[in-house]
Amino acid sequence: MTARSLLVIVAVVAALSVVPLVVTSNVTLNFLVVALMIALVGQGWNVLGGYGGQYSFGHAAFFGTGAYTTAILQTQYGFNAWIAFTAGIAAGALIGILIGVLAFRSGLKGSYFALLTLAFAEVLRIAASVAPITGAGVGLLIKLDMRPQAFQFVSRATFYWVALALVAISLLTTQIIAQSRFGAWLVAVRENEDAARALGVDAFSVKLIAIAVSASMAAAGGGFYAQYFLYVDAGIAYGTWISIEALLAPIIGGVGTVFGPLLGALVVKAIGEISKLVAGDAPGLDLVIYGAVLVLVVGLAPRGLMGLLAVLRMLLIPSRHGPDLTVKAANG
Amino acid sequence: MDEPLLLVEHISIRFGGLLAVDQASLAVRRGYITALIGPNGAGKTTLFSLIAGFLKPSGGRVFFDGADITREPAHRRARRGMARTFQLVQPFAGLTVHENIAVGSHLRWRARRDALMAAENVAREVGLYNLLGRSAAALTIAERKRLELARALATQPRLMLLDEVLAGLNPSEIRDIIPVIRSICDRGVSILMTEHVMQAVMSLSKHVFVLAQGRVIAQGPPAAVVADPLVVEAYLGRGAAVLPNQADP
Amino acid sequence: MQSSAILIAAIVNGVLNGAVYALVALGLTLVYGVLHIVNFAHGALLTAALFAALFAYNLLGLDPYLATLLLTPIFFVVGYGLQRFIIGPMSHGEDRNILLITLGIAVVIENALLFAFHSDTRTIDVPYGLAVIDLGIAIVGLPRVVAFVSVIFITLLLWVLLTRTDIGKAIRAVAREKLGAELVGVNVAHVYAVTFGLGAACLGAAACLLIPTYYVNPHVGNAFVLIAFTVVVLGGMGSVLGALLGGLFVGIVESLSGFYFGESLGQLAIFLVFILVLLVRPNGLFGERA
Repeated sequence: MTARSLLVIVAVVAALSVVPLVVTSNVTLNFLVVALMIALVGQGWNVLGGYGGQYSFGHAAFFGTGAYTTAILQTQYGFNAWIAFTAGIAAGALIGILIGVLAFRSGLKGSYFALLTLAFAEVLRIAASVAPITGAGVGLLIKLDMRPQAFQFVSRATFYWVALALVAISLLTTQIIAQSRFGAWLVAVRENEDAARALGVDAFSVKLIAIAVSASMAAAGGGFYAQYFLYVDAGIAYGTWISIEALLAPIIGGVGTVFGPLLGALVVKAIGEISKLVAGDAPGLDLVIYGAVLVLVVGLAPRGLMGLLAVLRMLLIPSRHGPDLTVKAANG
Repeated sequence: MDEPLLLVEHISIRFGGLLAVDQASLAVRRGYITALIGPNGAGKTTLFSLIAGFLKPSGGRVFFDGADITREPAHRRARRGMARTFQLVQPFAGLTVHENIAVGSHLRWRARRDALMAAENVAREVGLYNLLGRSAAALTIAERKRLELARALATQPRLMLLDEVLAGLNPSEIRDIIPVIRSICDRGVSILMTEHVMQAVMSLSKHVFVLAQGRVIAQGPPAAVVADPLVVEAYLGRGAAVLPNQADP
Repeated sequence: MQSSAILIAAIVNGVLNGAVYALVALGLTLVYGVLHIVNFAHGALLTAALFAALFAYNLLGLDPYLATLLLTPIFFVVGYGLQRFIIGPMSHGEDRNILLITLGIAVVIENALLFAFHSDTRTIDVPYGLAVIDLGIAIVGLPRVVAFVSVIFITLLLWVLLTRTDIGKAIRAVAREKLGAELVGVNVAHVYAVTFGLGAACLGAAACLLIPTYYVNPHVGNAFVLIAFTVVVLGGMGSVLGALLGGLFVGIVESLSGFYFGESLGQLAIFLVFILVLLVRPNGLFGERA
């Protein structure tokens, strides 16, 4: 990873870490914590979708697995919260690998891959809504235990910093990928799988690693959700809401960029808040706006906010850029 | 060593009821340019895909540098040193020329910086140095053909399979790219090329195989093959071999 | 034996339900066969059509079977407009974009309905809603039989449209070879929109056939979407016959697994079949290459 790109990440994270010292309103902090969580899941989606070109419509499958594993290991088996959290990430990765092996062995891509992920998320949701271990229709409650050892904190600011740390890790991971041989291979497979294979790229393995990393990030988001809200049920864990937000954040922010999901997550959550102000708590309005925004962004600004920023930068600062792996989706 | 670099033994592939390639055998010697010619639909690209590992044969074997690679997937063959270009060019459209070539050089260089540097050198060799920053989607056909060459070259191959690399080029572009191909061979890279442009086949290749209806019907030095009545008939139809001195269709 | 009679009834019901699944899937497979896109908005459009049928009955007093004559053309227009003015222009021809845009449209429609009408489930009460017919081997609901017959009829209509009319020929030309069709002067954007409109029209009809016996809430479309996808993937993307047979098959599988395992697991079974087919034979039994 180049020194410059590392510096940018450090600067952004440092700036964000100051926020709880300045902002004391719990409402705002809550908003930011959730936004960071979405950024984390969206970053996961971005690795597979933005860089890898495989659009998943069922990232809830990984998010929910992380959430449920974290909750179940604690409530049913008495595991330490942090261990449960880590196990949740591993479980998510495993599901990712499972889906990846099935999908990529069969050569599924594009709509078929999206359909498959959608189906898996639904299967898991239905299973979780009837299985006793997940609390079936009632869901799971994690016992309140506000100690750091239990991954629960008195102050919301601490939750914020934990979320920020996770996001920072995801940013670093993405940047490392973007500037590594693996990243070059991943992007090549996205652009043209046959041509990549002819150049010695093991497309299957590359995609599998990508989905494992993607699922891990999403599962981390799920595990964090469980610890923050202390309640999980099938509709929350495996519901379409998170599959939608997971892809909306990177698309608004800019697919295939390092900071896209973070930017996009803030916008997505901001939209959600505004719609709540306008229409109260009636369910559905925020998603209507999400859907409309999705269509508009894809149609009018396919490279998202990062793309717009890049255009601005080119107009204002005419300089020569070296080759850059943080490249947008194929349509450009 | 006189053992051929590439040895294809009685390879066949069947699509449904159709035998697209029928017990074809050929050998590519080291250090030479070998050509594979034949009328349209003869199965040349299918044979290429079989050799490169993109299709599974229903029979026969492929040996590369003595090793039996018949069961190996395409990317493994590339790592052994067999590179191929595609008849319908397949650039990484969303990437620049530099990034395109770097994907190839990454096969031999792990670090990004090294791969990019190696890519730059290859670009210089192939005449694409001025286009390094250009998006691959914005290239002309001739430039895209060079990009195909450059990408494959960046993998440091020992054998390059060129699938109609001259197709779609006008005469002056062909004239410009032939020395590039020759210089690749001079570097020690063996080449197997399929081609319709006869002048290129005659001037570049040492040895020619002729494929017609999936079968190898003739082989030998270019001049001899082109004069072979069987070959003329394959191209022009039965009875066309009356004038045996028609070398250029 | 008692249970075998129930089993037969389950199968018969499965066949009858399957016909409606087939109609829903027909729209989907048509769109895929011609535009080569998977329309993720299909389920949401069905939900919208169901609400429309609901309101045709409640506000206009229109009997659902009569409402078919109204809703089918209306939804044709809706589908035409969606493809011509939103999906087509916004996607810039990229497959990945089309995926996202149809998803976005689905989200908008479904949640607009949720916002406007809340999660309450509604049904309508038609006088013949509970009427039954004795088929000899089983006694089944009249509306289901009417639906079955109607689907066969609509499928025939569609077949005639596709094979005997000019627009049908244009549609088939574009499905097979878009560039060629364009070169001979076919207005591809129009053909695409017509096809999409036909797909939506199928949903308008299906909604009217469903509503006498089915319930309506904003999430209903989701239940049908995956079933429709399963049918299409099973029967083959782009194959009308495949949609028909696939629909009947899925109807039977759902009925039988509901019979043996209960409703939720019945749904699960469908999904698992779907995943299996995707992995093993995404071309389906009759379809074009994936």
